[in-house]
Amino acid sequence: MLALALATLVWVLWQRLALLRAAAPSPRWDHLGERLRRLLVIGFGQSRQPRYRVAGIVHILIFGGFLVLSLRSMTLIGEAFSAGYADLGSGYAAVKDWTGVVVLGACAVAAWRRVVVRPARYHDRHARSSHTPEALLILALICSLMLADAAYEGSALVLEGKGGGWRMPLASLLAWVFGAVQQTGGAEQPLLGGIHLAAFWIHNAVLLFFLCLLPLGKHFHVLSALPNVFFSKLEPSGKLKPPSHLEADFDALEVVGVSKLEDLGWKELLDVYSCTDCGRCSDHCPAYAAGTALSPRMLSIKMREAAYAHYPLRGKVVPPEQRPALVGETIGTAELWACTTCGACEEACPVMIEYVDKVVDMRRHLVDDGRLPASLQKPLAALEKRGNPYGKMARKRGDWVDGLAAEASANGNRAVGSDRSEGGDPAPCGKGVRILAPGDTAEVLYFTDSCAAFDPRIQRTAVAFAEILLHCGADVGTLGKDEVDSGHEARRFGEEGLFLALREQNLLAMEQRKFSRIVTSDPHALNALRHDYGVELPVLHHSQWIAESVASGELNMQGIDDGRTYTYHDPCYLGRHNGEYQAPRQILAAIPGLRSVEMERCAGRSFCCGGGSLSLFNEPECERRMGEIRLDMAAAAGAQVVVTACPFCLINLEDAIKTSGRDEHMEVVDLAELVAQSLAPQSAAMESESA
Amino acid sequence: MNIIVCIKRVADTSEAEIVIQRGGQGLEEEDFAWGINEWDNFAVEAAVQLKEQHGGVVTAMTLGGEDDEEVLRRALAMGCDEAVHLCDEAFAGADAWGIAKALAAAVRGRSYDLLLCGAVSGDAGGGQVGGFLAGLLDLPLVALATCLEVGSGNGGTGGVARVRHEVESGLERVVEVDLPAVVTVQTGINEPRYVSIRGIRKVAGAEVQVLDGAALGLQAAELGSAGARVRLEELFLPPRGEGAEVLEGSDEEIVQRLVEMLHQRGGL
Repeated sequence: MLALALATLVWVLWQRLALLRAAAPSPRWDHLGERLRRLLVIGFGQSRQPRYRVAGIVHILIFGGFLVLSLRSMTLIGEAFSAGYADLGSGYAAVKDWTGVVVLGACAVAAWRRVVVRPARYHDRHARSSHTPEALLILALICSLMLADAAYEGSALVLEGKGGGWRMPLASLLAWVFGAVQQTGGAEQPLLGGIHLAAFWIHNAVLLFFLCLLPLGKHFHVLSALPNVFFSKLEPSGKLKPPSHLEADFDALEVVGVSKLEDLGWKELLDVYSCTDCGRCSDHCPAYAAGTALSPRMLSIKMREAAYAHYPLRGKVVPPEQRPALVGETIGTAELWACTTCGACEEACPVMIEYVDKVVDMRRHLVDDGRLPASLQKPLAALEKRGNPYGKMARKRGDWVDGLAAEASANGNRAVGSDRSEGGDPAPCGKGVRILAPGDTAEVLYFTDSCAAFDPRIQRTAVAFAEILLHCGADVGTLGKDEVDSGHEARRFGEEGLFLALREQNLLAMEQRKFSRIVTSDPHALNALRHDYGVELPVLHHSQWIAESVASGELNMQGIDDGRTYTYHDPCYLGRHNGEYQAPRQILAAIPGLRSVEMERCAGRSFCCGGGSLSLFNEPECERRMGEIRLDMAAAAGAQVVVTACPFCLINLEDAIKTSGRDEHMEVVDLAELVAQSLAPQSAAMESESA
Repeated sequence: MNIIVCIKRVADTSEAEIVIQRGGQGLEEEDFAWGINEWDNFAVEAAVQLKEQHGGVVTAMTLGGEDDEEVLRRALAMGCDEAVHLCDEAFAGADAWGIAKALAAAVRGRSYDLLLCGAVSGDAGGGQVGGFLAGLLDLPLVALATCLEVGSGNGGTGGVARVRHEVESGLERVVEVDLPAVVTVQTGINEPRYVSIRGIRKVAGAEVQVLDGAALGLQAAELGSAGARVRLEELFLPPRGEGAEVLEGSDEEIVQRLVEMLHQRGGL
């Protein structure tokens, strides 16, 4: 029986691995130390479980029980071959008996939750079938393992005439039951012996059945989750997977993106096998909350179903041309275009499944195939022709600085570092920023990106930041008309070729100028410069700049005491993707009198506003806009002002204020605006001094 | 099912400041972004979709300077099989009749079932070339198509096309037309596919057939401005008419003033 079961398990696993062997490469054998650390902390330590308190603790208890009892399970099998093999001493016997009690309790809670509590995340809006029966079957199997072992031990106690006492509560309980039955029913010794033997065989049979069942459903994760954590992506989540791990030259690629299962890397398929269907990803997904077609969990489930169907345990692999298209049929295009790449799903996943790379890879295929939402065609064409998605003239990119310069010269002000006025024309400069011509030097480069350069509302945040820079006496320049869009969103929408062209132009413009640091007020640009461009100089977000300046005492902020309550909304590409949660909060804390509260979904669990840049041109069909849902959360926290640090969060949330009729009682501001406002009296004083 | 689709590269003047060259013969083009005429983009997509359904060869054709090759490459990236570039300095200054004559000369002798054009171009906006082509080639014409299907009909020998097209008074009608025929395409007839940067690069090496006036068998006197019977006298921005007023100031001021005016004059 053992040989048969193990052979079955190995055979099933081998069949399951067939797809992984046919898959694209995933280079995941580096940094073994860090991988081991993750395995211990996230895998064995279950560190991501307690985010959902009850479910997390229940899981930890069952998982812990698994670890303790796996030894028992193995020795019980050994017992079949050699009597006494399972006897590991009274110490272990007590530990494993108590573990049985705990696991039974945890299973009872889990079953209660499945049947009675039924949290919303257990059933996905887009799911065709419920996985509750499978979950209950597994719970039943676990319980029968516990009970069979206890019956085995309990009957032994009675037979040997011993008591387990408090050291073995479960076994003792059953021993007591057996004893009572024996006395009242007059049952005889052989019956008890039969129970003992039956319990032994039931335990072993259930165990082997369980093992063979694992790779057939969602409980594959029992085997695959630990390797999945070990091989998880070590790079920052904001760093995208390249179109190919084998060929660095994008133009030389035969195929771009993922159009069939085999185009995915083996690790990405291991992801799919490891999905526990727990629903945490979709529970955190803003697109799911907004009622779009997307549910990240279903991406995994549907891919797994396709994998099982096309790589069947018996029979031949179904060739790709005979399958429904992975992209477009199995996974709908509406699902793929609804993703904002915010990364909330990945942050929530207890077994480190990656979603963003898969979504982008499937979008790459769609773009290569010419299938793109019609509303995105114009902005992408404008990015190509004019370097910004709005179709504005490239030469006007620096105009906002010229505007400031005109204002400044009217006030008799000059930005620091604008010393080119000797001879020649003075460089246009406004507040703390000037436009750098090729060959110019500044200490810091302000990478504005398209939104701050062209959107009138966001220009105001750029102006506010320029004011702060002036205050700090910083020597800051921009690339002016030589800057083009960072291409961050173009890349994430799958247009890799366009991204590469934009990157080349920006890198050339940067090469022509000298500076030692880069600052940007757009987290998407920050992420692009850090992770897509591979710029070696330090790249700061304006919140980090301001926080530094506050800490060093360069910025003395007056109090803001308007009786309103503020809350900080974490932009996805600043927080989750670049790990900066503290700087903005430090700034808020440094403004005297400012009252701030946290939303329930804050920091790593922040809820995306609707997405950046090109996302503004791509509004997926939904029940409610993400921005409106986010405002509900701010209102629930008791805030009237939402402070953010990303131009697109500002735009999306301001729109949501209008569409939800909150004009009167809510406001959104950029961190830079808030800080500039709190500096206002002082800078006015300075201006009057200099005048 | 062989299709020839005639396309044009035009300037995208949106967001650009319109500045007329001294002499009033053209626009300052510095700020323009160039690309395929919007209507022609729909015509190319229609041609490629028909090819995908029925097989055959799609040839994209344009008349213009060296830079205009860009739109042919784009058409190839969308799925056209061949590209023909009518390129000759002598073509400069041609009127719609001259353009149609050159195109007709290039089309003659080719095998085709359908000749597609955009209904109109975004720059000159004459909407004449398709009609002239039909006349020059003695082919039936259906203009402003909003739906296009081909099949074997009961009529002529070479198959037919069923075309839905716009007619006056906001009406549409469906007609059956014998092939070969000229059909001019209205926007919205389909959803043109996206052309990625990579898609363009992949066809960078594809051959584009270049034909000059001589190769087309046209006389110098027929070409370009020499042969043009419609000549540009002057280009100008329309003068401000009586009662027209341009509001100036910040956006807020303009909006406020506009609302006031609408109130005053009974617009609201």
